[in-house]
Amino acid sequence: MGALFFFALFDLHMATVEHPQKTAWWNNAHNRALLFQVLLAIGVSLFFAFIANNTIHNLQQRGISTGFAFLKQKAGFGIIQHLIPYTENDTYGRTFIVGLLNTILVSALGIICATILGFIIGVARLSSNWLVSKLAGIYIETFRNLPLLLQIFFWYFAVLQALPSPRNSLHIGEKFFLNIRGVYLPSPIFQQGFGWVAGAFILAILATIILKRWAGKRQEETGEQFPVFWTATGLILLLPMVAYFATGRPLSWEYPVLKGFNFQGGITIIPELAALLIALSVYTASLIAEIVRSGILSVSHGQTEAAAALGLRPGKILRLVIIPQAMRVIIPQMTSQYLNLVKNSSLATAIGYPDLVSVFAGTTLNQTGQAIEVIAMTMAVYLTISLTISFFMNWYNARSQLRER
Amino acid sequence: MTQAMTQPATAEQDLAIEVKGMHKWYGDFHVLKDINLNVKRRERIIICGPSGCGKSTLIRCLNRLEVHQRGEIWIDGIELNDDLKHIEKIRRDIGMVFQQFNLFPHLTVMENCCLAPIWVLKKPRREAEETAMHYLERVKIPDQADKYPGQLSGGQQQRVAIARSLCMNPNIMLFDEPTSALDPEMIKEVLDVMVDLANEGMTMLCVTHEMGFAKTVADRVIFMDSGEIIEENDPESFFSNPQSDRTKLFLSQIL
Repeated sequence: MGALFFFALFDLHMATVEHPQKTAWWNNAHNRALLFQVLLAIGVSLFFAFIANNTIHNLQQRGISTGFAFLKQKAGFGIIQHLIPYTENDTYGRTFIVGLLNTILVSALGIICATILGFIIGVARLSSNWLVSKLAGIYIETFRNLPLLLQIFFWYFAVLQALPSPRNSLHIGEKFFLNIRGVYLPSPIFQQGFGWVAGAFILAILATIILKRWAGKRQEETGEQFPVFWTATGLILLLPMVAYFATGRPLSWEYPVLKGFNFQGGITIIPELAALLIALSVYTASLIAEIVRSGILSVSHGQTEAAAALGLRPGKILRLVIIPQAMRVIIPQMTSQYLNLVKNSSLATAIGYPDLVSVFAGTTLNQTGQAIEVIAMTMAVYLTISLTISFFMNWYNARSQLRER
Repeated sequence: MTQAMTQPATAEQDLAIEVKGMHKWYGDFHVLKDINLNVKRRERIIICGPSGCGKSTLIRCLNRLEVHQRGEIWIDGIELNDDLKHIEKIRRDIGMVFQQFNLFPHLTVMENCCLAPIWVLKKPRREAEETAMHYLERVKIPDQADKYPGQLSGGQQQRVAIARSLCMNPNIMLFDEPTSALDPEMIKEVLDVMVDLANEGMTMLCVTHEMGFAKTVADRVIFMDSGEIIEENDPESFFSNPQSDRTKLFLSQIL
C-alpha cells in the first residue's frame, strides 16, 4: 500500500513538472487512488465469494445441514459447574448460556482480584522500604515471565491436586473445608426478618452518600473537613448489626458436612475455578503492577515538590496530585490487560473448567459438528465482551484526559 | 523541643531566617559547606553563582525539600528539623516558585490556587476562591482562571505559580531561577510581578541570573561557589567593587 502511494505521488510529480498540459487519466493522482480502491474491493469480494462457495459445497457433500436448529436439541452431557439449573436433559442452547456465565464469572472475579492485587504490588514496588520493594520486584519478575498455561497447571496440579482427600480435609473450625475436590464454605440461609438487616445495610449506604455530600458542602462553606471514611465504615458495619440483633438474628448458616466420600451442602468452589482464578489474577496482577508503577513514575517529581512546598501532607499529595495524573497513563494500558484476562480465561479448557470454549466450542461442537455456527457464536461473545470493556474504559479515559490548548 | 520553641535562638525578633553552620552532602559530595546566613524581615536577597555551586540546594534546604546534615536552620523562630509538625508549619510559612513552574496540569488555574488553602488551611471554597482571584488580579491574569496550565504560555504559568504560593499567605518567598525556563519576551512580565512583590515588603530569597533585577530590588547580593558563600554585599558595591577573584571572574562572564 505504501509503495502504491509512493508511486502515485511520484507520478503526480512527473505529471505536473514534465507534462503540465496533458495528463493521461491514469496519471491523475485522484483517479489512480480510485482505481486501486475498486481493484481491491473486487479482489476482496472474489476471495469471500470463493470461501463461501467452497464451504457450502463441502457442507452439502458431507450432508451437514446449516442453521441454528441444533440449539434446541438435547445435549446429553453433564457440566460440573453451572450458575443456572442444568441437567443432561437440557438443550445445547442452554450449554451455551452455562458456558457463557462461567466465563463471565471467572473473568469478572479475575479482573477484580487482579486490579486490587496489581495496585498493591505496584505501589509496594515503589516503596522506600527495601524489603517490601524487593519482594514486589521478585513477584513481578516471576509471574510476568512464566507462561500463563504453565501457571494454570502449577496451581491446578501442583498445588490444588496435592491437597488431602475429603476425609482428611484442612478445615477452620469444622466450617470451612479445603480438600482435593475444592473449597467448601457455609452458605447463608435467610430467615424471616432478614429483610430488615438488608434494609439497614441499604440505609447505611444511602446515609453514607448523603454524609459525603453534606461533608463536601460543609467543606466548601466553612472549610471544616469531616472524617467521612471512618464515619461511613462505622455506619455500614453498625446499622446492619443493630438490625440483625433487633430482629432476633434472622440468619443461619448451612455448613458443609462429610457424607460418604464427599461433602454435602454449603457452597462449593471447584478446584478448576480456584486454580484458573488464582492463575489469571496472579499473572495479570504482575502486569498491572508494572503499569501502576510506570503510571506513578510518569508524574514528574516536581509535582510532589510543588505540593509539598505548599504544605500538603504525603497522603494528600498522593490522592490529590499524583494519582489523578497517573490514572491517565494507567487506564489505557489497563484496558488491554482486562481484555487479555478475558481472552486468557479460555485456557480453562486445559484443566477442564467448564467455560464457554471448553463447554460450547468444545463438547457441544464435537457432538453436533456445527463448527461454523458454534465458532461464530463463540467469537461473537468474546468480541462483545471485549468491545464492551473497551467502550467503558475509553469513556472513562476520555473523562480523565488532560486539557491542553 | 517546646523549650526551644518558646525561646527561639533568633534573639532578634526581626530575623526571618537564620542559618548557622549548615552543611549538606550528597553521598560523598560536599554540596554546602558551613553556610551562615541571616535574613531580616522584608529583606530581599539575590543568590547568584556558577551552575552547580549549591545555590538552589541552599534555598531548597530552607523548606526541607532537601535535608541538611549538620548545622541549624531557624525559620520565624521555629527550628527546621525532623519534627514533622515543625516542617508543616514552616512550609505553610514559606512560598516557593520553581524554575519549571510545576503547576498541577489536571487542575484549572483557579483549582491550582485553591488546592492548598482548602486542604491545608481548611478554608471554605468561596473564601479560597476570593483570595485566589485577588492574587490572580495582582499577577494580572484573572481572565485565565478557568483555563488549564497547558493552555497558558510559560510566563503566564509562572505568574500563576507565584499567585498559587501567595494564596497561602506566606511570610517568606523563595524563587528558584524563576525566569530561566522562559522565552526572553516573557521574562519581563514575571520580573514585573516580582518587583511589585518586593516593593510591598515581602521577604524574598531569589536564585537568579537576572542581574538587572538584582540591581533594582535586592538589599543584598550573595555570591556562592563550590558550596560556599564567597561574598555578600549590597548590590551597588557588589557589582562595582567585587572583592574576591572568583566573583570578578563570574561577573566578567555574565555581564
